[in-house]
Amino acid sequence: MTPAEAAAAPTIVVSELTKRFRTGDRSVVALDRLAFAIAGGGITTVVGPDAAGKTTLLRLIAGLLQRDGGSIHVLGRDIAVDATSVQAEIGYMPQRFGLYEDLTVGENLALHADLRQVVGAERRQRFGELLAFTDLAPFTGRLAGQLSGGMKQKLGLACSLLARPRLLLLDEPSVGVDPLSRRQLWRIVERLTDDGMTVLWTTAYLDEAERSRHVLLLHEGRLLDQGPPADFVGRLAGRVLLAQAPPETRRRVQALAMQDAGIIDAAIRGDGVRLLLREGAAPPSAGAIQARSIEPVVSALEDEFVARLAPARRTLPAAPATAAAHPADSEIIAVRDLTRRFGSFVAVDHVNFSVRRGEIFGLLGPNGAGKSTIFRMLCGLLAPSSGAARVAGIDLGRSAAAARARIGYMAQKFSLYGNLTVRQNLAFFARAYGLDRRRRDRRVDWVLDEFDLRAEAESACNDLPLGFKQRLSLGSALMHEPAILFLDEPTSGVDPLTRRAFWLRIAALAEGGVTVLVTSHFMEEAEYCDRLAIIDRGRLAAVATPAALKASVATAALPRPSLEDAFIALIGAGNQAAAA
Amino acid sequence: MSARAAARRIVALMRKETLQVVRDPSSIAIAFVMPLILLLLFGYGVSLDVRHLPIAIVMENVTGDTRSLFESFANSPYIRPVAMTDARRAEAALTAGQVDGIVVLRGDATRSLRGGGTAEAQVIVNGTDANTARFVGAYARGAAATWLQQDLRRRGETGDAGVVVEQRVWFNPELRSTNFLVPGVIAIVMTLIGAMLTALVVAREWERGTMEAMMVTPASMAELTLSRMAVYFVLGLGGMAVSVLMGIFLFHVPLRGSMAALLLATSLFLLGALGLGLLISTAARNQFVAGQIAIVVSYMPAFMLSGFIFDIDSMPTVVQWVTQVIPARYFVACLQTLFLAGDVWGVLLPNMAGMAGFALLFLTLTRLRTRRRLD
Amino acid sequence: MWARIAALVHKELLAVWRDRRSRLVLIVPPIIQLALFAYAATYNVDRVRYAIWDEDRGQLAREFAARFEGSQAFHREATVGSAAAARDLLDRQRVAMVLHIGQTFTADIKAARPAPVQVLLDGRRSNTAQAVLGYVNAIADGFNAELAAASGRTQRATLVQRAWFNPVLESQWFILPGLVATLTLIAAVLVTCLSVARERELGTFDQLLVTPLRPFEILLGKALPALLIGLIEASVILAAAVLWFGVPFRGSLGLLYLALVLFIMAVIGIGLMISAVSQTQQQAMLGAMLALVPAVILSGFATPIANMPDVVQWLTYVNPVRYVLVILRGLFLQDLPPHLVLQQLWPLLPIASVTMAAAALMFRRLR
Repeated sequence: MTPAEAAAAPTIVVSELTKRFRTGDRSVVALDRLAFAIAGGGITTVVGPDAAGKTTLLRLIAGLLQRDGGSIHVLGRDIAVDATSVQAEIGYMPQRFGLYEDLTVGENLALHADLRQVVGAERRQRFGELLAFTDLAPFTGRLAGQLSGGMKQKLGLACSLLARPRLLLLDEPSVGVDPLSRRQLWRIVERLTDDGMTVLWTTAYLDEAERSRHVLLLHEGRLLDQGPPADFVGRLAGRVLLAQAPPETRRRVQALAMQDAGIIDAAIRGDGVRLLLREGAAPPSAGAIQARSIEPVVSALEDEFVARLAPARRTLPAAPATAAAHPADSEIIAVRDLTRRFGSFVAVDHVNFSVRRGEIFGLLGPNGAGKSTIFRMLCGLLAPSSGAARVAGIDLGRSAAAARARIGYMAQKFSLYGNLTVRQNLAFFARAYGLDRRRRDRRVDWVLDEFDLRAEAESACNDLPLGFKQRLSLGSALMHEPAILFLDEPTSGVDPLTRRAFWLRIAALAEGGVTVLVTSHFMEEAEYCDRLAIIDRGRLAAVATPAALKASVATAALPRPSLEDAFIALIGAGNQAAAA
Repeated sequence: MSARAAARRIVALMRKETLQVVRDPSSIAIAFVMPLILLLLFGYGVSLDVRHLPIAIVMENVTGDTRSLFESFANSPYIRPVAMTDARRAEAALTAGQVDGIVVLRGDATRSLRGGGTAEAQVIVNGTDANTARFVGAYARGAAATWLQQDLRRRGETGDAGVVVEQRVWFNPELRSTNFLVPGVIAIVMTLIGAMLTALVVAREWERGTMEAMMVTPASMAELTLSRMAVYFVLGLGGMAVSVLMGIFLFHVPLRGSMAALLLATSLFLLGALGLGLLISTAARNQFVAGQIAIVVSYMPAFMLSGFIFDIDSMPTVVQWVTQVIPARYFVACLQTLFLAGDVWGVLLPNMAGMAGFALLFLTLTRLRTRRRLD
Repeated sequence: MWARIAALVHKELLAVWRDRRSRLVLIVPPIIQLALFAYAATYNVDRVRYAIWDEDRGQLAREFAARFEGSQAFHREATVGSAAAARDLLDRQRVAMVLHIGQTFTADIKAARPAPVQVLLDGRRSNTAQAVLGYVNAIADGFNAELAAASGRTQRATLVQRAWFNPVLESQWFILPGLVATLTLIAAVLVTCLSVARERELGTFDQLLVTPLRPFEILLGKALPALLIGLIEASVILAAAVLWFGVPFRGSLGLLYLALVLFIMAVIGIGLMISAVSQTQQQAMLGAMLALVPAVILSGFATPIANMPDVVQWLTYVNPVRYVLVILRGLFLQDLPPHLVLQQLWPLLPIASVTMAAAALMFRRLR
């Protein structure tokens, strides 16, 4: 077979693939009669919301699971028959990179080299190549457990590449990795495909899908669609519009647009609000939604995704009345020289900022930059080493259970009582916040209706899908009508649709006067914020509106930078300064 | 070629396992610190050797006879006699647990002694602690018998007539309970660490996703299992060495068997215990659950049903059958014999066969249950 | 404040009850342990296998041997004729004792000389050997008394033994009251030590800390459900001991529950301390093991405290199980008078105060 032929022959052929899982007495269909073929070379992304079956698909292809129906041929062989010989030619990086954390970088590599019989001169050459390739050469003696998320990811990749696989399977390699590392990973993988390797990559990020050669759109175990990303672009011609609006009124425009039954989705973007129309619906007038102007734009993969998955019915969040009576524009959070040390390590280093009432304020930064530490100090979960954080005029680190009654907190991972029912959880938090019986009943009812949870009120939380859990978390944080809401990476791992619905609610709350503080490393989410603080290695790199941040990094070569560009530029500058 | 590749893989995996052990303090703690603590606790805390049992001697009238009776109680190494004159006070002391028994000599007892008749002395024991009560009764009888003999001799009669019981206790002449408990404790400790080590370690691999990464390499499950067993086997032997040394030098238990027999018995038992741990972890795949199962299925039954402290022959028949499936039972028997009696192959062989059977069973089950797949 | 604590208690009980695993941990091990301990943990020695080696074969020797045949405590496994055979049986643990009657036995007795009988015992099982020796002596004493009576000689004194509170010296009567304490201990420590660690691992503890609940309220909210669970567990075992196993309960129930409440508070404090310092459930489990094993071993539950070395005996004074064991056994079997109960009860008060206060301190440092 010539290289050209090898590249042309399909690397993976899947037909009628079905996989079921049994949990207790129930049998859940994880994959339902999937059929596709992936040609040799290039990057193929598997995109889909949580629980779509992405990981299951990858594990089946790697021969780690037994299928219940259909067939999988990898590199021309049936994986069920010949798993070992196929596995010898594929590289697979599982979700958490599969590294031994108490082994060093070098020892991890050596183990995989020995297991895959990479020896002698080839081994030395391969180590040199891979270490240079991943910039890990200076760290060979460091324990894998002490690497940053981005470095772990690169080491995991290096281990799976040792034996020069023809097919590389990557399971959500960019989860929990900051934008900087995400870009580096792309660059590395693109170089691999230049040498003829085929890469299959699962992701929840649609922008990653847009850069790949082929996209598989997975939803609830079914293949909704597939094709090159370009095929998805422009499909919804005329249905995607951009409503121009200045940053101050974008949220109002969005809220008004969502009232329009002809609009499936309205999302805040850099320079306005992006609208997606229902098929056959007439575009709204600019005046009706208080936009400066409305113009059609080219539809993207994301629009396709939203259009296909958006529910027919939409519950609109009502802005809740808050108990807080603060004069507008008053400073509600004040952070002065906030510092936190863990031993000799300075996690947060003299950080200053303030937040006004009704503002959505974002804390952005790479992993380990210190945003969670700041956050925990503001919520009173961690005492500052020095400096002060005053929330609603009260020092939370030091005082007063009463002050905590004014804040709502939603943790990064689902942290309600999993074996209690939805109603039991809500009732408990209502009581913990000291709500009397009448108000408690009223608020529980409000959350059940407002967050569309009534049908699941008596189910145990652990059995709920992620989207439900996230709504329940927000609902219980709002139980006592707090004046300030703290959200720690509220939408990580959630699909775009759920993410949008979530942000609509947050926007409505802010309109109602609730102050929202949010951490994130989703650049898309940062667009929803009124102002952003960029945190890098414990210090405040910048505080500004998203627009101002973007403007600050605009150059002749990049006249209209995205927020991600701005983030990378600001953090990158810090890196260079640190290296110098 | 492929054999050499397999050998290379096994060596690499063993090196990985060793590095993990060296760097992870928890496995070192389980292998070396746990036996240390448990042996100290059991060695010092559990003892069936009564000493200085406080016993009230109630003498309503003090005479030469009663004084010499008191003396003979005082001469017993097991008894600390407390002289009292009032039976009611002695009874209160018994109720309060201040004394473990009472010997009452009524006023008329001394009179009948003088008159040449038979006096009746009463021994009252506190039955709350049935085991101690039995000892108190036996020692009190012993002390009284000694006194009677001396008394007869004093009066010039041939008092020694009748049956005289001569005790010959083999293997443990002073009947030190430590000699019998320490080998048992070692078996319990080894049961715990054998199962805990592998149960936790393999569950950790599942939890951290490294198992998944290993499965797509050419390493077979047999190679993974073999390399892991080898390393933890050595670690287990280390724990055994710590225990045996403590037994000999700290608790002064004699070791009469040969090193070879001890090593053989330990090896067979360790194979089974490690195999059980592996089996648990393939079923649980979660460190917390695996740890709990390991404790419940290995430690508790070993403690109760191995004959380490409670005599198997005295258990109800059904319970005796149950003890047959407790691997620790065989190890306890081997160790007690090896420490106190020597290489008695009549005892060792059947017990070793039992342990080998369990090792084979657990390893086969593990082999059958582990597939190179996640489901 | 009480409304908030009540909410926490309610939630805690719901969480324990709705979780299959914690329900299992609370129900299954106690039942198994109860059954195992009650049936397997016996110091009673019966049907001891022995061999007889009779070199005399006379009338009196046969009579003497017959007493062993007739005893419940012994079971004749073999008859041997040589020292080698006796040795072999003992070595291989086929028998625990060999009764050796010498050639001159009958002649010695008839001549009113001491007639030695050798008892060869297996010292590998020292407790059994000890008990067996007691039985043999008792049989010999009885035999001698009859001999004396037959020959018209009167012994100057006889010893009559009576056991108070437990006339037949039943081991179960000793073990079961102890189980009320140890099983309650295990349940209370496990419930509390996992409670905070689990919430911390799942992240729900942060969620609690951002509510107006004060650390002290969280502490009470964790302690009260454990107290309730501990009391229920204790009551069930108590009922099983009395109704199923027939152990008499002679004392005051009021005093018993007073003691149990204090005892459970003391161990809850220990459990909460472990929970507060552990980051994960696994550490909490390990901590619980480290606390539970010495608490049971150094309590007098299985073997008397008086047998331990002095230094170890001092250690037992801080062990709450020590006191509650005396109270339980006293109240069960001997109707211990209130002043004696109080004597054992008061040390529980400082222990409970110290452990709860220490747990409260650690809770305050949790944030």
